[in-house]
Amino acid sequence: MKSSIPHIASNTFREAVRDRVLYNLIAFALLLSGAAILVGQISIEIEKLVVINLGLTAVSLFGVVIAIFIGIGLVSKEIEKRTLYTVLSRPVRRWEFIVGKFFGLAGTLTVNTFFMAIGVFAALFYVSHRFVRADALIFVALYFIILEFLIVCSLSLLFSSFSSPLLSAVFAFSLFVIGSFSADLRNFAAMAHGVSRWLATGAAYLVPNFSAFNVITSIAHEQPVAGQLILQNTLYALFYAAMALSGAVLIFEYRDLK
Amino acid sequence: MPSIEILGLEKTYQVGFWRKRPKQALRPLHLQVEDGEIFGFLGPNGAGKTTTLKLLMGLIFPTSGSARILGREWTDPAVKAQIGFLPEQPYFYDYLTAHELLEYYGQLSGVPGKHRRHRIEQVLHQVGLRDVQGVHLRKFSKGMLQRVGIAQAILHDPKLVFFDEPMSGLDPMGRREVRDLMEQLKREGKTVFFSTHILSDAEALCDRVAIIHKGEVLRAGAVDDLTSSVRGKVEVIWQGAQIPASIKALGAECHVTADKVRAILDEKHQDAVIDALRRERLRLVSVTPVRTSLETYFVEKLRHAETTAGSMAGGV
Repeated sequence: MKSSIPHIASNTFREAVRDRVLYNLIAFALLLSGAAILVGQISIEIEKLVVINLGLTAVSLFGVVIAIFIGIGLVSKEIEKRTLYTVLSRPVRRWEFIVGKFFGLAGTLTVNTFFMAIGVFAALFYVSHRFVRADALIFVALYFIILEFLIVCSLSLLFSSFSSPLLSAVFAFSLFVIGSFSADLRNFAAMAHGVSRWLATGAAYLVPNFSAFNVITSIAHEQPVAGQLILQNTLYALFYAAMALSGAVLIFEYRDLK
Repeated sequence: MPSIEILGLEKTYQVGFWRKRPKQALRPLHLQVEDGEIFGFLGPNGAGKTTTLKLLMGLIFPTSGSARILGREWTDPAVKAQIGFLPEQPYFYDYLTAHELLEYYGQLSGVPGKHRRHRIEQVLHQVGLRDVQGVHLRKFSKGMLQRVGIAQAILHDPKLVFFDEPMSGLDPMGRREVRDLMEQLKREGKTVFFSTHILSDAEALCDRVAIIHKGEVLRAGAVDDLTSSVRGKVEVIWQGAQIPASIKALGAECHVTADKVRAILDEKHQDAVIDALRRERLRLVSVTPVRTSLETYFVEKLRHAETTAGSMAGGV
């Protein structure tokens, strides 16, 4: 039996495009061009720093918001609207549906990131009038942002597989915020004692470690990223996303579609 | 080999937020649908028809029991390549056109690429959807969506088709077309299992039916067998407006319409009525045995079930 994953993924991508999700690119382009013109007028020698910081942070935030708001509806909306009935009554396994949805959303975000990246480079060229070798580091930051999206997508899908869209959004966004401060949480765990230490350590390792993916500031200062960190983050993101997806599959496999 | 064998499928939901309590949606259901027949699954709203179909489609899981479809376990993914399903009041991805939707479903059902385009055109034509190229489903009427639903159910040329309330939302013309389509599917050797509460459709189409009420099958059998059980009356029609006294005396129930009289009476008085008409020189138009309609049988069966349940509850 052929896998249904590519078909489900491409339909998910098509849905996002037709639901005008990529329109966020217009807002992004406006934000970035406005910022580039503004910093070009007011800042001295730090235009590039501001554009890279602002641009990459916007890429990350726009993507996370899209990942959460599409991800939370991927399963629940299909159940609510009963579009799932005509899909699962075909030779499609439930896990294929979840994995297909994941790849569809991940694909949407990657394409979105690609266009935003063009915007970042365009703004950078506008303020500095040339590219230097260190600008290639931006690709590493973008790669980390995409890895971050994989985790957010899988978490949104996990919550969507058992919870309402509103609660899923709250859970996913909370985890994103906590995960972004996971370095602080780990520091706190190291300093705490007794039960608090155990609890804080458990929480620190359970929430996604998004702080490890944030290299925007160091890249803006043209500091290189260690190859080991790239490898670690890749393995971590793949493992975390796989775990969250497995959870989503496990819940969805046994769920009654009322 | 039967197309469907339902072996005691049962579904109980846990309802309530804090204090969960069981609610039985389907009592252990035993049913067999033969290969190549049109089988009607009849029942009022909330009887358990959709629950049964969802169980068979693997959308919900049974509390107990099992089923075999086309000779295999109903959970076997290979079974799903050979069945088609139209859910009740179907809703589809409204950002797609009918062609795109069928293309997607064709891919999921494993219809080979080179046949898909041709097959899509064929089924759209079959369900009476023409000139819909480029129109998104969000612009479709309810009846058009129902036709798309039927098209996607037969797209992959399944051996067995499940329709949940297929006539819902269709105008009389559309209902007629769906009836014709079901008959055509039967002629092609396919088995059709459809749920409905429109009994005239079931009576016109079905080889056999099952009546379900409150999650329990009350009766299953051939339509003729169910409706013949209350025979014993004849309908006699003659020309004119005159009703002879001897016919009235037989206890006939007479209705005068324009230039004809229609009388319904016991079968045993048939000859006496004909003799009386001869004597009075009235022209006989027809004598027809009265068959109870499926609707009458259905209503009586449901009333009986309600009365029995009521008296049992009263006894307790």
